[in-house]
Formats: sequence, C-alpha cells, structure tokens
Amino acid sequence: MVEPLLSVEGISHRFGGLLAVDAASLWAPAGSITSLIGPNGAGKTTLFAVISGFLKPTAGRVRYGGEDVTGEPPHRLARRGMARTFQITKPFAGLSVRDNILIGAHLRHPARADALAVAETVARDVGLGELLDRPAHTMTAAARKRLELARALATEPKLLLLDEVLAGLNPSEIREVVPVIRALAGRGLAVVMIEHVMQAVMSLSAHVFVLAEGRIIAEGSPAHVTADPAVVEAYLGHGAAAKVGAHDVH
Amino acid sequence: MKGFLLIAIVVAAFAAVPLVVHSNVTLNFLVVALLIALAGQGWNVLGGYGGQYSFGHAAFFGTGAYVTAVLQMRYGVNAWIGFAAGIAAGSAVGAIVGTLAFRAGLRSSYFALVTLAFAEVLRILASVAPITGAGVGMLIKLDLRAQSFQFQSRALFYLVILALVAVALVTAQMLERSRFGAWLIAVRENEDAAMALGVDAFSIKLGAMVLSAAITAAAGGFYAQYFLFVDAGIAYGTWISIEALLTPVIGGVGTVFGPLVGALAAKSLGEGAKLVTGDVPGLDLMIYGAMLVLVIRFVPHGIVGAFADVSDRIKRRVLAARAPAREAVHG
Ligand SMILES: Nc1ncnc2c1ncn2[C@@H]1O[C@H](COP(=O)(O)OP(=O)(O)O)[C@@H](O)[C@H]1O
Ligand SMILES: [Mg+2]
Repeated sequence: MVEPLLSVEGISHRFGGLLAVDAASLWAPAGSITSLIGPNGAGKTTLFAVISGFLKPTAGRVRYGGEDVTGEPPHRLARRGMARTFQITKPFAGLSVRDNILIGAHLRHPARADALAVAETVARDVGLGELLDRPAHTMTAAARKRLELARALATEPKLLLLDEVLAGLNPSEIREVVPVIRALAGRGLAVVMIEHVMQAVMSLSAHVFVLAEGRIIAEGSPAHVTADPAVVEAYLGHGAAAKVGAHDVH
Repeated sequence: MKGFLLIAIVVAAFAAVPLVVHSNVTLNFLVVALLIALAGQGWNVLGGYGGQYSFGHAAFFGTGAYVTAVLQMRYGVNAWIGFAAGIAAGSAVGAIVGTLAFRAGLRSSYFALVTLAFAEVLRILASVAPITGAGVGMLIKLDLRAQSFQFQSRALFYLVILALVAVALVTAQMLERSRFGAWLIAVRENEDAAMALGVDAFSIKLGAMVLSAAITAAAGGFYAQYFLFVDAGIAYGTWISIEALLTPVIGGVGTVFGPLVGALAAKSLGEGAKLVTGDVPGLDLMIYGAMLVLVIRFVPHGIVGAFADVSDRIKRRVLAARAPAREAVHG
C-alpha cells in the first residue's frame, strides 16, 4: 500500500495536567479532503499545532511524505509543503492584503515581482481580488478567514491544514469558499479540515476522523461516522444524527 | 525605483550644501545630525522593520568607535582598515547578543532590557580595561590626511558621513523591496503567522540584528575619527542608545527616511533651544522627552508616517469622489 502524504501515529500532547490529545492517529492522502471533527475543546487545534511543528508532542510520531518529521520547526515543515491556517486568525495587521499574501508567495519565489504576481492570482482565486490594497486590520472576520487561506495557498503547499475556515461565514460566503477547497483537492493537494459546518463536511470530505476528549473515537465516510452511535453520543447530541441525515449529501 | 530616485535627489541636495554653506558651525551641526541619523538607521533596521526594540545600540556604536581607535593607537593599523574592522566587530557583537537574546526567545521589554544590559556591561569593561585607556579614554593622534581618515576641511568629513548615510538609506530601501525585508516585516507583524509561512524567524531576526549593528558601528567609527577621542561614557553611554532609538521614532519607524528626518528635527530643536536658553545641562534630553510625548500623542507613525497618512487620506478621498461619478456613467 502507498503511504498517505500525512500520517499521524499515536500523538499525545499534554498541557500541564491536561492531556489535550491522547494517542490520536489519523492520515490524509493527496488529492482528497479529510475532515477532523469533534466538540469544542476536543483537542483538534492542538493536534494541528503538533502536526505543523508549533507544539512538540509528548508522545507519537508525525510522518509526512514518507519521513518522520516529528518536532521539526514550523518554517521547515512549511518549506516541505505543509501549510496551515489559524482558527484565531493572525493577519499581518499593518500590511495590505496584497503584502500579507506576498509573504506566503515569497517562500517559493524570491523575486518580488514573481511573488507579487502569485499573490494576486491567489487573491483572485479565493475572492480577495477586490481587496488587495485594503489594510488587513480593516477587514471583516469573514475576509480574514479568506486571507488565512490565501496566505497558506500562496506557499504552494502539498498539504493544507484548515482550522475552521468556514466558521463565522454566512451561507452565501460558505457557498463561495466550498468550491475553492474542493478544487484544491482536485489539483492534488491533501486537505485536512477542522470544521463544524456539517453540511460542508458531509459534501466535501472523503474521510472523516472524530476527536473527542483528545481521542479518535470514530473514522470513516461522512455517512458512516454520523451514523455511529458513539459519535452521536459524544459529539452530535441526541436527535442530531437524524437532522444531518436529512441533508442532501452530494 | 521611485524610492531610489528620491534617495538620489535628497543625497544630491545634501551634497550641494557645502557649496553654499561655509560656516563650520553649520557644517558641524550637519555632521552630528547625519552621524545620529546613521546610528538611528541602524536601530531602524532592527526596531523599525523587525519590531525588536533595542535599548542598547550603544553596544554596537561603542564597539565601532573603540575598535577603530584602539587598532590605530595600539597596533598602528590604518584608520580606514580600523574603521572596517570596527564595523565587523560591531556586527560580531550584534551576532552574539542576537543569538543569545533570540535563542532565549526574548521579546519586547525583555529584549530591550537585555540589550541595555549588554551595553552597560561593555561600558563598565571599557572604563576599567587598560587597552581602551580605561577611565581616561583614548585620544586618536591628529594626522590630517585622507589616508588616515582625517580631513583638514569640515566639508570632506561632511561628505564622508553623507556617503555613509546614503549607503544606509539605500540599504533600507533595498530592505523594503527584498524577500529578506518582507520576511523581517512579517516577523514584526506576527511571528507565528510568519513561521507558518516558512519564515525562519530566528535567522531573520539575527540577520537584521547583524545588519543593524553594522550600520550603528559605522556611526561609532566615524565618531572616533571626527572627534579623535573616545571614552566609555561616550562610546557605550546610554545617550547614543537613546538617540539611535529616538530619531527613528520621531521621524517614523520602519520608513526609509524616518531616522534622517528625526535626527534633523531633534538636533534642530536641540540647537534652537540652546540659542534661547544657553547651554543648560540635560536640556537636550528634556527636549527629546517632550518631542517624544508630542510625537506619540499627535503623529504616532512619526513625521514621515504622518505625511504618508495624509497622502493616503487624500488619495482615498479622490477615489471616493470619483466612484459615484463612475457609477453614474454606468447606471
Ligand atoms: N496553550 C494551551 N495551554 C493550556 N491548555 C490549552 C492550550 N491550548 C489549548 N488548551 C486546552 O486543550 C484543550 C484542547 O483545546 P483545542 O485543541 O483548542 O480544542 P479544539 O480545537 O478541538 O476546540 C482544551 O481543553 C483547551 O482549553
Ligand atoms: Mg480549535
């Protein structure tokens, strides 16, 4: 069997007395969207931070592109093609949208003119083309989410870790961003998304992992995990499974 | 390109000054202002573009000054070579302080305090070490020849410091146009976000610190040649740490011309006040303090930043005025 681009093997992370991630394993192949879902405080963001090198795990391994990359610093992982967005957006507040994306584009394009061209293309792809000259600190929360996505994409990643990029977007904005994410997997990227918008999870992901209290409690196709009684118990709450099932699954 | 052109115009205008001004007092004033602008431009590279506020740029200024002086007087080294060695030594001090501070992950006020501590340690060492002339200081032998980096005429000294400032201006302009500069600004704006985008924050900050130290050390080396005297209080004193920090803050941090504008403004006010009150000790510091309060209150982005803000506002107003007209045409 071909090894998936990303495989996380038994990762644990402890904050003092709190075991935020407890022996979690997941994997994500190229050209596909994998979702990581779970209730608030489950440890999803912490797991992303471990994968992307911002936190060193207490135990376990992160394998990427066939190599053990556990504990490598974030910038080196970014150079290897791993990109992430932040749930709590971290714009370069004093810079314009263009210059924000430029920073990402510079990773593969040392010359300013080339990097600027890439930045503008990426901005248009995610629907920020009109806002290029706007200072980032004047943007709405929804636009900041897009900026996170644009900056990450500008690094031309192979693996994209999206931490709740749809949260706080209204339905029409979600309808705009969903095809963008789908197209990325179509281009061969491995996408892992933490998401609460179940409609997007159901329609986009090939495979879903469910994290609860730091542990992976279920995995499988969207339909499979949402039908899992353990997931219903831990995450969705009584009656919610029926509600999700009623949605059209594309 | 526009930026480089502006630098060329400004430098050419400064270079023309000795053609019309022959007063040694005025030239001396300009030399000192440019010297401070140079030290401030060094601070600006790290503090303005990189967001790492140092309180101890005296460490680099003093090292530049002492190495220039000591190599000449103790080892008979040519002044220009001493000057180059001073810049190299200042950079090395920058590399050491930067490695220690940034490896330890020091930020904001902790970083400022550690740089201040380094400068103070060097000041104390220089005031007791025999090689620096200890408490007496060190005189550089008068030798008014260009090959000894000494000039009969003030105008030549002025042109040398102007050339150094020109190099520093071009460096800052290149920083704004380069990947290194973009990454440095990214680290200033948000270090985590920068790292997620592949920026090696430690190396970028260290590189900025070395460049910053080199520029400020050049100011120190020039100081030694111009005044032909160095002691611990001058070379490693807090006065220069303060001036190196204040000039870009007044003129505009993270802008190409901020330190130059700030140095001219601060020095002009200082001299103006001296004319009115006579030479009161500590007056310059009081004036700096007052300027700082006014700048932070009314023009938080400094003088250059205030001009940029105003021109932005005008641009936006022009665009806003045009927008309805366009809609009318299409509507
Ligand atoms: N830096 C931190 N220090 C201490 N505890 C933290 C830190 N970050 C997250 N936690 C805790 O770890 C748990 C998991 O948080 P998080 O990974 O953000 O969950 P999720 O993204 O699934 O909502 C929570 O209980 C949270 O309070
Ligand atoms: Mg989270």
